[in-house]
Amino acid sequence: MNDRDQSPSLDRRRFLRQSAGAAALAGAIGMLSDTGVAFAALTDGDIAAAAKHATAGPAATKTLTVMARDLYPHDQLDDSCYRNAVVVIDGKLSQDKATKALLHHGVASLDAASKKLKGKPYAALANEADRVAVLTSIEETPFFQKVRGEMVVALYNQPGVWKTLGYEGPSADQGGYIHRGFNDIDWLQS
Amino acid sequence: MAAKFDLNDDSVVVVIGSGAGGGTLSNELAQKGINVVCLEAGPRTENWDFVNDEWASFDQLAWKDKRTTSGTWRVAKDFPNLPAWIVKSVGGSTVHWAGASLRFHDHEFKARTTYGDIAGTSLLDWPLDGAEMAPWYDKAEIKMGTNGTHGLPRLPGNNNYKVMAAGAKKLGYKEFHTGNMSINSIPRDERSSCLQIGFCFQGCKSGAKWSTLYTEIPKGEATGHLEVRPDSQVLRIEHDRHGKVTGVVYADAKGAHQRQKARLVAVAGNSIESPRLLLLSESSLFKDGLANSSGQVGRNYMRHTTGSVFAVFEKPVHMYRGTTMAGIVRDESRHDTKRGYAGGFELETISLGVPFAAAFLNPGAWGRDFTAAMDGYSRMAGLWIVGEDMPQADNRISLHPTEKDQFGLAVPNVHYDDHKNDEAMRDDAFRKGAALYEAVGAKRTILTPPYPSTHNMGTNRMSEKPGDGVVNRWGQTHDVPNLFVSDGSQFTTSGAENPTLTIVALAIRQADHIAGRMAKNEI
Repeated sequence: MNDRDQSPSLDRRRFLRQSAGAAALAGAIGMLSDTGVAFAALTDGDIAAAAKHATAGPAATKTLTVMARDLYPHDQLDDSCYRNAVVVIDGKLSQDKATKALLHHGVASLDAASKKLKGKPYAALANEADRVAVLTSIEETPFFQKVRGEMVVALYNQPGVWKTLGYEGPSADQGGYIHRGFNDIDWLQS
Repeated sequence: MAAKFDLNDDSVVVVIGSGAGGGTLSNELAQKGINVVCLEAGPRTENWDFVNDEWASFDQLAWKDKRTTSGTWRVAKDFPNLPAWIVKSVGGSTVHWAGASLRFHDHEFKARTTYGDIAGTSLLDWPLDGAEMAPWYDKAEIKMGTNGTHGLPRLPGNNNYKVMAAGAKKLGYKEFHTGNMSINSIPRDERSSCLQIGFCFQGCKSGAKWSTLYTEIPKGEATGHLEVRPDSQVLRIEHDRHGKVTGVVYADAKGAHQRQKARLVAVAGNSIESPRLLLLSESSLFKDGLANSSGQVGRNYMRHTTGSVFAVFEKPVHMYRGTTMAGIVRDESRHDTKRGYAGGFELETISLGVPFAAAFLNPGAWGRDFTAAMDGYSRMAGLWIVGEDMPQADNRISLHPTEKDQFGLAVPNVHYDDHKNDEAMRDDAFRKGAALYEAVGAKRTILTPPYPSTHNMGTNRMSEKPGDGVVNRWGQTHDVPNLFVSDGSQFTTSGAENPTLTIVALAIRQADHIAGRMAKNEI
């Protein structure tokens, strides 16, 4: 995290993370043009529509779901939030030959890296720290950057996730916050 | 009712763009009885169409046509094809601006004189000053209903503001308040008062926030002297053999090319598209681009020295409730070289919803350190740094040598290197923003790098001497008498203030000038 004790100098690792950040936005913008699915907050209908295009089988979906949680671990979130995001990303990437190959080869290479580093396929590693070490080892790959960039949009674009994190979402249809606590803070000392 | 003008009517003024500059100029001219065709590249999206959903709104309103970036600024790494977050829709970026309406300090109009010769900069004084601008600022504030001016009450502070104000008080700051926002604090101008909806960046659904979309434009249309054509992207400005502009070629909603004749053309497409259009309008007479004998078109691009500080507290804040930019600390906007840099900065509250917080808080981050911050979302407060950045000749908009847009025209490249003055200011502002929140108990502060630029300035700058810039003190190009620039690209320097109020004040002043000159048949 970019905390205040961090040096402003750009080391290579941060540079790569920043490039991945670009993918987030590019991916989000691409979501519309690639699939015709608007990238509004995800609904059950969006997820069902994406599932029709998804090509990762049950094993790969499981692996990607574990990866999603390891990327953005919120212990209070149900696995369904991560699985929904995976289905949406799978459905999107599977509609293009190049990104579909990136996804399928990526899952295989994630398992290969995991076996090499920790002796087991990724989803079979019980220890989160081991899985994070595997992810860190592939952090620079296009597969990792693509999935991370898509995931930061798809995961945090779910009303269920908003609720858990304490974000109330749209407010105009409820008359805004003028009578609903826009200035209700009570713990500040004057 | 709205006018309808013939493509061959060469008596009309063509205004390119309908935002703070173009929308205001169009209405001001129409009010004076001058016929105006306003060409807007984006669709007409009305405020009941706006959505309280960050990504969906971005898709609905943002300018997403391809652009490229270069330079040392972090935006080029994080968002290489999105250098700016601006709007492509009727109303332009007044649809998504947050409403902050601050006058330039007097010394900021005289930056070269005040700051001296700073190595590596192309600092220049504006060819006008604060005293000359004061009556035009008055007119702009009255037009926009800027609260805290002309007797208009300020808005009540929301939770995010209250945290910032408490920290400001602890640090000994004196000038902090809920701002001079062009957001109705009382019903005014046939628009309601603010409902504290939040989502100011996504278009104000209640219309309490001033936008040309539902003020200037319908008022201009009601005169019968203004026709706004949405979905009309100008591709080229044309001229005669004497070097006077004669009209524009634009692509209509179906992509068909149309030629609108004109007596005068005013360019207000924001600081990336405006210079791009002049460069694209090169000809045998204007080999380096229209109105570019100085070579300054596209140069001196400024985007303010920015960054955000978010702070996580022990108890709830709910920063997203209510106006996005809910208040301001002005003490640091002074020029005081004891801090180690020229110029100053404002601190203004900002909030992001969960979708944008995830994408922008620390672009590229993952893992528990990042999600721990997101877990604190409901206990988070945030502020945005807006500081004067130094003009540099090589920070510029240029035409990409190979990349083309959907019309086959070269896409713009945006090059920006941070000046060491900018870096010193950002470091100081980060430090002070973090200290402000720590003074009221922040458990963690997060220094968020700049977002894609919302303030874009300087690429057709105003200068006394024709060799130093593109336009004169009226926004009239030095080279072409009937070609004007009416947006923030006129800015000679950036000041530390959000640019909209100054753009509107300049547009009102320019309309007065154009009408006077046209009446005398001088242009």
